[in-house]
Amino acid sequence: MSAPTSVAVPGKAARLEGRDRRRRSSNSFKGGSPLVYGAALLVVIATLGPVVYAVLGGFRSNAQLAAAPVSLPDPWVFTNYVNVLTSSDFWRYAFNSIVVALVTTGIVVVFGVMAAYPLARYRFKGRNTLFMVFVLGLLFPLTVAIIPLFLMLRDLNLTNTFWGVALPQAAFALPMTIVILRPFLMALPQELEEAAMLDGASRIGFFWRILLPLSGPAMVTVGVLAFVASWNAYLLPLLILSDPAARTLPLGVASFSSEHAQDTAGILAFTSLAMIPALVFFLAMQKRIVNGLQGAVKG
Amino acid sequence: MSSQVRKRLEIFFFVAPALVLFALFVVVPVIQAGRYSVYRWNGLGPIDNFVGLQNYADALRDQVFTGAVMNNLTIIVLSILIQLPLGLLIALLLNREMKGRTALRVIIFVPYVLAEVVAGVIWLMLLQPRGPVDAIFDALGLGGLKQLWLGDPDIALYTVMFVLTWKYLGLAVILFLAGLQGVPPDLYEAAQIDGASWWQVQRKITIPLLGPTIRTWGFLSMIGSLQLFDMVWILTGGGPANSTMTMATYLINQGTNRSLYGYSSAVAVLVFVISLVLAAIYQGFVLRRDAQDTPRTKKVKR
Repeated sequence: MSAPTSVAVPGKAARLEGRDRRRRSSNSFKGGSPLVYGAALLVVIATLGPVVYAVLGGFRSNAQLAAAPVSLPDPWVFTNYVNVLTSSDFWRYAFNSIVVALVTTGIVVVFGVMAAYPLARYRFKGRNTLFMVFVLGLLFPLTVAIIPLFLMLRDLNLTNTFWGVALPQAAFALPMTIVILRPFLMALPQELEEAAMLDGASRIGFFWRILLPLSGPAMVTVGVLAFVASWNAYLLPLLILSDPAARTLPLGVASFSSEHAQDTAGILAFTSLAMIPALVFFLAMQKRIVNGLQGAVKG
Repeated sequence: MSSQVRKRLEIFFFVAPALVLFALFVVVPVIQAGRYSVYRWNGLGPIDNFVGLQNYADALRDQVFTGAVMNNLTIIVLSILIQLPLGLLIALLLNREMKGRTALRVIIFVPYVLAEVVAGVIWLMLLQPRGPVDAIFDALGLGGLKQLWLGDPDIALYTVMFVLTWKYLGLAVILFLAGLQGVPPDLYEAAQIDGASWWQVQRKITIPLLGPTIRTWGFLSMIGSLQLFDMVWILTGGGPANSTMTMATYLINQGTNRSLYGYSSAVAVLVFVISLVLAAIYQGFVLRRDAQDTPRTKKVKR
């Protein structure tokens, strides 16, 4: 299955058929002029410049950075990166981030696909009302609920725990997940279900053996979106994870930069290392993330 | 067991976990925000100091809050005014056949994937006095234009705006590119046969057909601007002199730093109402056109 159809909704597949033809036809507007390449180069520099600066800046000393803010490392200094990589803090933050993101993703995907299944393929009274309940959730951003949420998690003794961050994050990610998954599950052909029933499968059997394997691509898409959102999250962890030992990477980056405000090189090294996992994950999952976002808009 | 009962049990089994989680961590806190908002309460002890709508009146009278609302509105307008033309231009550029196009599409999206905190800290380093940005101005002979980028109340909001553009332009580009894929190729061919230039084709065919995508992106951009927190918290914390305060940073300031939970809940409700009104206005005046133009009205609900 080609990636772009992963979150396709009914009616969209037809539009995708024309893709190959379009490729060829847009050839006729060839854009190889120097002006276009010049503009593209400008975009690349503006986009990647700050990121490259941070990575290279981590290889310089503070004296180098003060003497010539924009320059290559000379000589290359490795102590900044070594200091970060040998500090237990960095690894603890990274570990916390991974655990929170994995728990969040797991809950979102499992609960999301479970809820989307009857909403997509069962006929029952109140189905649309139930769906609208989740859709309305899109209207409520975390910001609106953050204060009562913080107080509630405090009363539940969930502050400074992974659950205290993962459960609310998953809850707020559910509406989008269900909105993306439902049309996908609806689009699976009815004949498939009838054939399975004829072979004696129950609806639950159909869910396990046929629907779940077939909806893999869509689940990966919503999973990746949930993972990235959790990995980058700041507001909720800021309020819930006050204990330094429970900090996630964004909290770690923020606190490192304020605690070592004079150590620019150290901050750049710390920040660069903190963004590597996100960048690697993005490059690996690039198609899914992009398609998920595009699907969310186009669907 | 009758098949009807069995079906109900199945539905319950599948939906209950999501519904319980959603109710507990989304619905209940939202309702609680409404309840706390009519009390004066510092989070400890019983909630019994009922003050009616006093918290709302206080918030609407506080110039820091109304200033924050204005800042949010400024950010919404500027985001669209800056990112729409720039994003369209880059999307049209990347839609042409050229070497390295795939790589370009990945690169343009990199800032969007970084955490706002990470991007914020990097720009904090870039923008510090005598930092790299100042050095570049000096090197270009523009040293006279240097500013206290994040320290001058007249400049700080625009600096934040610049960083936000860097961070979120990639999303606009990627969405516009997706929209461009939906433009039927026959139209290009027909226009070319009629002798239309590249720019004419973009202006008369591509951009109008991109309308629904642009309007949906505008909606997402607006919602994002209304909730802006991380970047501002890292870059300025709302300062200097509240010049970059947003509704969300104000809310967190009042709530967690000063423990005014009743008051900050009223602020939260106000934020929600303002967002809802703006969303309804946008829906009524902008997205409605999609419902008329195309049969794909479903999109409007997002």
